[in-house]
Amino acid sequence: MTIMKPVWIDIGKLDDIPVRGARVVKTAKGCVAVFRTADNEVYAIDDRCPHKGGPLSQGIVHGHSVTCPLHNWVIDLTTGMAQGADVGSVKTVPLKTEAGRLLLEANALWLARGE
Amino acid sequence: MKERLVVIGNGMAPGRALERLLESAPNAYDITIFNAEPRVNYDRIMLSPVLAGDKTFDQIVIHGDRWYVEHDITLYKGVAVIKIDRAAKTVTSAIGETVPYDKLIIATGSRPIIIPVPGANLPGVLTYRDLDDVDAMLLAAKSRGSAVIIGGGLLGLEAAAGLKEQGMDVTVVHLMPTLMERQLDTAAGHLLKKALEARGIRVLVKANTKAILGDKKVRAVQLEGGTELPADLVVMAVGIRPNSALASEAGLAVNRGIVVDETMRTSDRDIFALGECAEAHGVAYGLVAPLYEMANVVAAQLAGDALAKFVPPSTATKLKVTGINLYSAGDFADGKDREEIVLRDAARGNYRRLVLKDNKIIGAVMYGDTSDGPWFFDLLKRSVDIGEMRETLIFGQGYAGGIPLDPTAAVAALPDDAEVCGCNGVCKGKITSAITGLGLKSVDDVRAHTKASASCGSCTGLVEQLLKATLGDAYNPTAVQPICACSDLGHDDVRRLIVAKGLKSIPDLMQALEWKTSCGCAKCRPALNYYLLAIWPGEYEDDGQSRFINERIHANIQKDGTYSVVPRMWGGLTSARELRAIADVVEKFKIPTVKVTGGQRIDMLGVRKEDLPAVWADLNDAGMVSGAAYAKGLRTVKTCVGTDWCRFGTQDSTGLGVKIEKFMWGSWTPAKVKMAVSGCPRNCAEATCKDVGVICVDSGYDIHFAGAAGLDIKGTEVLGHVDSEDEVIEIIAALVQLYREQGRYLERIYKWAKRVGLDTIRQQVLEDRERRKALHDRFVYSQRFAQTDPWAERAGGKDAHEFAPLADLKMLEAAE
Repeated sequence: MTIMKPVWIDIGKLDDIPVRGARVVKTAKGCVAVFRTADNEVYAIDDRCPHKGGPLSQGIVHGHSVTCPLHNWVIDLTTGMAQGADVGSVKTVPLKTEAGRLLLEANALWLARGE
Repeated sequence: MKERLVVIGNGMAPGRALERLLESAPNAYDITIFNAEPRVNYDRIMLSPVLAGDKTFDQIVIHGDRWYVEHDITLYKGVAVIKIDRAAKTVTSAIGETVPYDKLIIATGSRPIIIPVPGANLPGVLTYRDLDDVDAMLLAAKSRGSAVIIGGGLLGLEAAAGLKEQGMDVTVVHLMPTLMERQLDTAAGHLLKKALEARGIRVLVKANTKAILGDKKVRAVQLEGGTELPADLVVMAVGIRPNSALASEAGLAVNRGIVVDETMRTSDRDIFALGECAEAHGVAYGLVAPLYEMANVVAAQLAGDALAKFVPPSTATKLKVTGINLYSAGDFADGKDREEIVLRDAARGNYRRLVLKDNKIIGAVMYGDTSDGPWFFDLLKRSVDIGEMRETLIFGQGYAGGIPLDPTAAVAALPDDAEVCGCNGVCKGKITSAITGLGLKSVDDVRAHTKASASCGSCTGLVEQLLKATLGDAYNPTAVQPICACSDLGHDDVRRLIVAKGLKSIPDLMQALEWKTSCGCAKCRPALNYYLLAIWPGEYEDDGQSRFINERIHANIQKDGTYSVVPRMWGGLTSARELRAIADVVEKFKIPTVKVTGGQRIDMLGVRKEDLPAVWADLNDAGMVSGAAYAKGLRTVKTCVGTDWCRFGTQDSTGLGVKIEKFMWGSWTPAKVKMAVSGCPRNCAEATCKDVGVICVDSGYDIHFAGAAGLDIKGTEVLGHVDSEDEVIEIIAALVQLYREQGRYLERIYKWAKRVGLDTIRQQVLEDRERRKALHDRFVYSQRFAQTDPWAERAGGKDAHEFAPLADLKMLEAAE
């Protein structure tokens, strides 16, 4: 049995991300999109739309959701779930801010969705 | 201990019986199913949409694997039963297993009839029965060869339409003089034949198949009289025969099908038969309604309701061929004691015939407008005396009783099981419960959630009336369409209020206009950003985060997340220097695809986002700027070579095109704007399908507008004729400015022109000189803030965060 402890990695500061915008973090398992909403909440989710793999980081951010640039699926940033009539979900990655720095949980990066 | 129920067959009828049984007596039986087909229960009626490519197998599954697990049912897939031992009360399967039963259901279905002609067993001769047949047909259709369908009944015609849809050359051979003669009368059969022929399907009636020819494989079908029809595929759809061999070997009474009494029991009290293999009241049924009724009776009997009896219901038939509407119900043969009412509207291809007996409808055939079908069918099923409304009966429910009835009341009166959408098999109850349960508000919502009206659309009117009946005043399709779900205001109101209230930012606007969401959505924000930009040139600061990605970073996103780059080539002109720079960029950045666009320029596809600023810097160095191929703005001005080179050219069309493009580039508009200038009426620049086009003639310039060649195709309208290039430019600027001020976001020029009227536009941008000048001047003013090359800005460092990752953790895993 292995016991997993959270590993928090500094990926930058809040102001590096435009308000209602996103930046990407490259990882060995593809990109993670880090979003900043109008009320300065931050979320990290896989940068792949469950529909056709569109880069969600390039979408329009509204409320706590993002609209995929390829076919307009709307993904809830808090849960990773597709909204409306569409069905699908994206892996979310734990992210926290401490003293204006953004910290991403590293173990979660290597887990496939649902593990 | 629970009783043991064994079911032989897993089609729609036993599936329905088990569903009902599990509802009323969930724990009464241990259930085992043997299914000779290697799959779960699916909707056989929907095989035709699968063949036509409108649906996939997954979409027609009724019970997925999960259903059997959840109900603790043992399902043998692909295992047939070969013996029933009634004395021992066991069944034996093809894999040698013997399973005991207390109650047994035989639902072995039917076999397609193979007509006994020479060659009937050649490879390439198929029947139309299950998914394997559909798969085989789809495979054969890949050849795009010829198919002959023997049998012009419901199944045969659906197969014909499906194969035609798959690209085959299709002929239907039918023995009788009328297609679908069991469901249609001669007149409706004739209309159907014409409709099929209009789709390119050949129909031969009174044609008897004599032989199927071929050596190793089918080659042709030979008819009585010698005609040979070439065929790579032959589908026999001439009827079905109940599968009763197993029952007959077990010593049960068998006639055409397995004989059952009113309780659906065979000659053995513990054995039921249902579905197409059963014969009740001397009839073996093939349509779904009576089969489902049989299923209800079997379920009720098994659950202990000894009184449940099978009474064959009236049946209605619809052909599942998208775009062909016909409806038939009951009995419509002629007879002495019968009367008929007929309505024909040849021009619209409508035909209706009602057969009456003792003032009650006993049969109905409809072709074309079938919207009243469910109503007639309901009157038929309930044996309503139609004496009172006889005079207007044929016109349908809208006129029932002589007074035009509120159509909403009419649809409200339909029973919940009335089918509304024939293509997707959606009944009224499902739609109304979705409307109330999911809070649906529009036809689009209903389409998304129930699929009703999502195929051929002929039931859209019914769906609208259901919305009206269910939502009452809350449904108002004629009301102004709100800009999106974030507001109740329409586009025009938003724009008017921006000006009236002097709103100059998106947050101000959302506050003042009481937006319902915190910061809008992907639909309204780009629209608002455009309106603010167009209304307050030089004052409003463009909000990149409210722009679609393409406009935010000035390149076109591709399906894999890379981008395409299209530099401007003024009027379609380029040079050795520009081409050399493009070639160098392509090699330097390993750009995988270079393509010439329809707008006379060059597209570099597959550029990585990080490389964009450097690519642009190199293109800028050679004098090129962004082609705005991503913009709701001026795209291209396509030209021909005009008087420069062409022996027919009447004016300098290339030069004029370049002037227009240099004047108008950078402007933002409600939707994209494509232009063209042709040097003579031969119109090599294809100016008459553009948003704005100019055709040069000897005497000057004809200005055209409001063409389209995309989703819609539409020739342009003539705006007017002028004598000089200066006038051309002033008028085009005025036209585009008027469009910028009136067009709704994403509304192309041709749609805007249709909405506001061509004459209004002509009057404002051509005839009213002062108005024209004012519009032109406002366009010129706004261009002062628009003509900055966005590529040069970004190559110079603007929005650098867009093009670099926040962090790179690629090495992280390697370290672990």
